[in-house]
Amino acid sequence: MFAYILRRLLYAVPILIGVNLLTFALFFVVNTPDDMARLQLGAKHVTPEAIERWKVEHGYDKPLLLNAKATGSAQLTDTIFFQRSAAMFAFEFGKGDDGRNIGNEIRTRMGPSLAIALPVFVIGLLVNITFALLMVFFRATYLDLWGVVLCVVLMSISGLFYIIAGQYFIAKLWNLLPISGFAGGIDGLRFILLPVLVSVMAGIGSGARWYRTIFLEEIGKDYVRTARAKGLSEVRVLFRHVLKNGMIPILTGAVVVLPLLFMGSLITESFFGIPGLGSYTIDAIQAQDFAVVRAMVFLGSLLYIVGLLLTDISYSWVDPRVRLQ
Amino acid sequence: MTRIGAILLRIGLLGIGLSLMAGCSDNWNTPYPGSETRANVLYSAFSERPKHLDPARSYSSNEVEFTGQIYEPPLQYHFLKRPYTLIPLTAEAVPKPRYFDAAGNALPDHPLSGQIAKSVYEIKIRPGIQYQPHPAFARDAAGRYRYHALDAAAMAGKTRIRDFAYTGTRELVAADYVYQIKRLANPRLSSPIFGLMSEHIIGLTALGAALEKAAQASPEATLDLDDFALEGAEVVDRYTYRIHIKGKYPQFIYWLAMPFFAPVPWEAEVFYAQPGMADKNLTLDWQPIGTGPYYLAENDPNRRMVLKKNPHFHGETYPGDDDTADRQAGQLLDAGKPLPFVDEAVFSLEKETIPYWSKFLQGYYDSSGISSDSFDQAVQFSAGGDPQLTDSMRDKDIHLITAVAASVWYVGFNMLDPVVGGLGEDRQKLRQALSIAFDYDEFISIFLNGRGIPAQGPIPPGLFGYVEGVAGLNPYVYEAREGQIQRRSLETAKKLLAEAGYPNGRDAQTGAPLVLYFDTMASGPDAKSRLDWMKKQLDKLNVQLVVRGTDYNRFQDKIRKGNAQLFEWGWNADYPDPENFFFLLYGPHKKVATGGENAANYDNTEFNRLFERMKDMDNGPERQRVIDAMLEIVRRDAPWIFAYYPKSFGLRHGWLHNVKPNLMANNTLKYRRIDPALRASRRAEWNRPVLWPIGLLVGALAAVIAPAAIAWRRREKSQA
Repeated sequence: MFAYILRRLLYAVPILIGVNLLTFALFFVVNTPDDMARLQLGAKHVTPEAIERWKVEHGYDKPLLLNAKATGSAQLTDTIFFQRSAAMFAFEFGKGDDGRNIGNEIRTRMGPSLAIALPVFVIGLLVNITFALLMVFFRATYLDLWGVVLCVVLMSISGLFYIIAGQYFIAKLWNLLPISGFAGGIDGLRFILLPVLVSVMAGIGSGARWYRTIFLEEIGKDYVRTARAKGLSEVRVLFRHVLKNGMIPILTGAVVVLPLLFMGSLITESFFGIPGLGSYTIDAIQAQDFAVVRAMVFLGSLLYIVGLLLTDISYSWVDPRVRLQ
Repeated sequence: MTRIGAILLRIGLLGIGLSLMAGCSDNWNTPYPGSETRANVLYSAFSERPKHLDPARSYSSNEVEFTGQIYEPPLQYHFLKRPYTLIPLTAEAVPKPRYFDAAGNALPDHPLSGQIAKSVYEIKIRPGIQYQPHPAFARDAAGRYRYHALDAAAMAGKTRIRDFAYTGTRELVAADYVYQIKRLANPRLSSPIFGLMSEHIIGLTALGAALEKAAQASPEATLDLDDFALEGAEVVDRYTYRIHIKGKYPQFIYWLAMPFFAPVPWEAEVFYAQPGMADKNLTLDWQPIGTGPYYLAENDPNRRMVLKKNPHFHGETYPGDDDTADRQAGQLLDAGKPLPFVDEAVFSLEKETIPYWSKFLQGYYDSSGISSDSFDQAVQFSAGGDPQLTDSMRDKDIHLITAVAASVWYVGFNMLDPVVGGLGEDRQKLRQALSIAFDYDEFISIFLNGRGIPAQGPIPPGLFGYVEGVAGLNPYVYEAREGQIQRRSLETAKKLLAEAGYPNGRDAQTGAPLVLYFDTMASGPDAKSRLDWMKKQLDKLNVQLVVRGTDYNRFQDKIRKGNAQLFEWGWNADYPDPENFFFLLYGPHKKVATGGENAANYDNTEFNRLFERMKDMDNGPERQRVIDAMLEIVRRDAPWIFAYYPKSFGLRHGWLHNVKPNLMANNTLKYRRIDPALRASRRAEWNRPVLWPIGLLVGALAAVIAPAAIAWRRREKSQA
């Protein structure tokens, strides 16, 4: 398995270079270094000299991909792409155009993002699986029927509506929780409750329905019939056998997003005032801050690769038939 | 059933836990710690995180909101007086320039502009002003700086300013002001006003070149500004410095009220230049050091910024004036009392308007703007068109604050364009016709909820040169009818259009319809209705308007290259002088030729001549005459469709006092006073938790779980 993991990690290197190149190309097709300078320097009193100075100061005065004036390897290395990309593989993200250290910023923002995303993920998974198993248990009854109807209704509602309704009723009308904000430590719990509750609610419809489909597929299989024939109770059949065998598709969806939880949620964090990573990339795109965009895309790609690797590993854990070679 | 009981018990315990958790404060939904309930703390919000807090770099209003309270330039605007008046802040007096001719001889007080080769501003600052406590000033018993030679080991574990155990202070000296002026030329800071100031401060260009050379020679080394001379800024003595200006530039005095000209101690740069500081965001750009009434105690631009009272603040008292309206409005109740009133100001990041507005209504923000979504909830218009608060706002003792911004919005014509540009009479008439057709009175009513005043020229109200009422109307677009300003009729516009060579919107020679192109960055559903409105305006003249939507970069590029035909733009005043608006139309500032701020590329010789005269004049009847002549020229030439002067509407709670809109001053936090006891009682009253939904939820869950559990058991038994 070690060789497999190592091989997969080595595969990641060209993928990350490719992603980086693509990000670079897409970014600079839309924004030139002059545009970036103008946005950073503001709308007033910006002179061409000031733009040139800004570019020199931020390292955007070099050619993008190929330095024709240089010789030898410097043709490739004395470029914006190389100088801005090479350090990333050592997780040196440098500074954003606002002068703030990107690595520091990511570390600081990761905590609040996780404070929301992790409970939403765990509670959401538990609630969805429980709800799905309940519907499967009561399959072909009115409870199952109305459960599915409820799921369809829940998934038909926009995520934004849950947020606005949650804030309106719970925080504004009933005054039970703060409408938005964040705090560290135990005091932060009361800020987290509402976004977690809203996010879990928003995910029940699609999650429970999907898991129900998985479990229904499993429940018709021979091993289930055998288990019942052995006289096992329906609860044992569901939780011991069906759940375990249904784990592979569940893991496919769940484990792959596990590393991405660090990246946070744009809308939830924005509405609830969570100082997480959710809006970091969007803000950077709006501010044409290439250093941040590149760092976040790199990090997102890396985490996605790690997620896929973890998924593969988890397959072999839940299904002994799967061997990683 | 025991399981059901256990579930219900757990839900109950959760409810109790919630109650206990919220019980730390009177209100469950408070976003602040319970200990702050009755504290003398002002609560506000910001929607966009500041990018720079270095006084050489920060320019945006969301940045100056903080730097204005921390840094102290030599001058400030009087909080109450209108028109805006400069008064000393750290200076002993508002400096009067002394003028010199090319030979260096002093000139009399009011020399002719042509004689003046140099203006000298001598500024004397008050002794005894101290900086905020900061580790950059901390010294040990031997008098050595404790934190000026830190190594990696000493920096370990220090991520915030408060992680440094010792702080110190020192007296503000004139050299700190000169040091900051030199910083404007530092290429590593990219000060937005370096280019502009280089045109005025003697030797600043040369200093910039020298610093750039030094920076390129040693990219990693810190630039010690004391090693570089600046001819245009000199320290006379410990408390006096002089600034030398090329020729005459009367508007320079206004720059002395902006943080760009606030003092920066050399210790700050030495402290922050140490290895490991920047990696932890410990830079002057993020951790300011000033002498102002507040210092930045917490800097988390992703969550909140906290300003605390500077214990070394030099002291200042609330101003007074003789204005009856101010007295009646209760603005003079605190006259003579020491500033600042508020101990702490907490600014929270609120990106979305819904939670911001809700928190204001709950009493968790002391003041608020009014977004379009909540406008109708807050404001209604009387039969006379005056804005008034709605009953629900009045019931909460919320007050409305309105002010006309020192800004102008306009639709610019590219004067280089072959169709709409040029100074010929036919082109003038075309632009005048279009100016009449764009009914900005309607626009203000539909899209701005009445928050604007139709513009009559480039100068907004409140500035010298603006003329109120009928006497100040733009006669090419408006006329006086029964003492009221009325837009000229469409018939007039059609007549002008015909005289311009486009009868009924068609080219008189070819018969082709007149098609105009409007470049805009606006996009989305809101923008669509506005753009549709614009098309509709020209439809009235049978002229077609094609909207060319584009992104910010491309739009800027088109304007820079002169590829736009019509475009919408605005300008906020840097200082309250008509020069700051007329220069947008000054020929030598044309965007295409010079990259200046004249986006319409307007160039009228007579206007340019008058501008050069007006900019150096003191306010008075003579200057007003020149301004009137300039207004007549731009109204006739119509390089802009003068759209509107925006009006800002804000709300404040009854416990927040001393709120008078001052659109020039950026250091107004020190005047704010709150009544924490009143605020605490109102918050308690407005935010009593409603508990029945929790009971209902528990009941509903029980109602769902119980039958399901029963059915489960029954099914289990039947299967067994």
